[in-house]
Amino acid sequence: MNLRRDVFQAIADPTRRAILLLVASQSMTAGAIASNFDTARPTVSKHLQILTECELLEQEQNGREIHYHLNPKRIKEIADFIEPFRKLWDDRFNKLETIMKKYKSKK
Amino acid sequence: MEQKTTINAEDGKQELVITREFDLPLELLFTAYVEPEIVEQWMGTKVLKLESKKHGSYRFETTDAQGNVVFQANGVIHEFVPNRKITRTFEMENTPFGVQLEFLEFDKLTDDTSKLNMHIVYRSVALRDQLLKLPFAQGINMAHDRLQDIVSKLK
Repeated sequence: MNLRRDVFQAIADPTRRAILLLVASQSMTAGAIASNFDTARPTVSKHLQILTECELLEQEQNGREIHYHLNPKRIKEIADFIEPFRKLWDDRFNKLETIMKKYKSKK
Repeated sequence: MEQKTTINAEDGKQELVITREFDLPLELLFTAYVEPEIVEQWMGTKVLKLESKKHGSYRFETTDAQGNVVFQANGVIHEFVPNRKITRTFEMENTPFGVQLEFLEFDKLTDDTSKLNMHIVYRSVALRDQLLKLPFAQGINMAHDRLQDIVSKLK
């Protein structure tokens, strides 16, 4: 994986997170996305560029327009980073459950 | 399949919530947090001290096969209500993570099932994210170490 930008850095920005939420339900053009923000159009373009570089967004040519939509695969990777932490606790709690079931039958 | 343990870590917040439903009566679940020899088993660490009472404190320590200390943690218990809740601090010693505040709430679901709600508050968002990524990073490191092992054997 050799990306120009860190995905976690990309989603650390509130505007970029807002953009991701916006295009989650439907693919949109850069103009339509920008119209949802007070920020200057070039700023929004810069955010779109970063999100596209990290492959969180994908571009799609529709006639003369370019639509942006989410890349579900990449989004899943971010969701997965928490999984080892969850797994650590899940394993601990599974152990606790097993131990206490035996403890109960001993009593 | 529905996951028994869930983590809720909202973006930009310095806290997280771990929830788990147990196939155990509430009293047994709570006992697992109180009896030092049981805590040792499921936490995988030695319990040097565990005073389960208000203003009590606790200390955990893990050593490797050679007897080197690899993990040390301690904390103070602020609130202790049997079968209801434990409010405590937790701090890993000799790490940059600092102290965290933990609110543990135990609930009875049925006679044979119970639920734990663990609300952890960190000093900052950055620290929380760092700690969340720790097992992820360790996993990557382990995979990396294994890879190095394999590669060095190939040489």
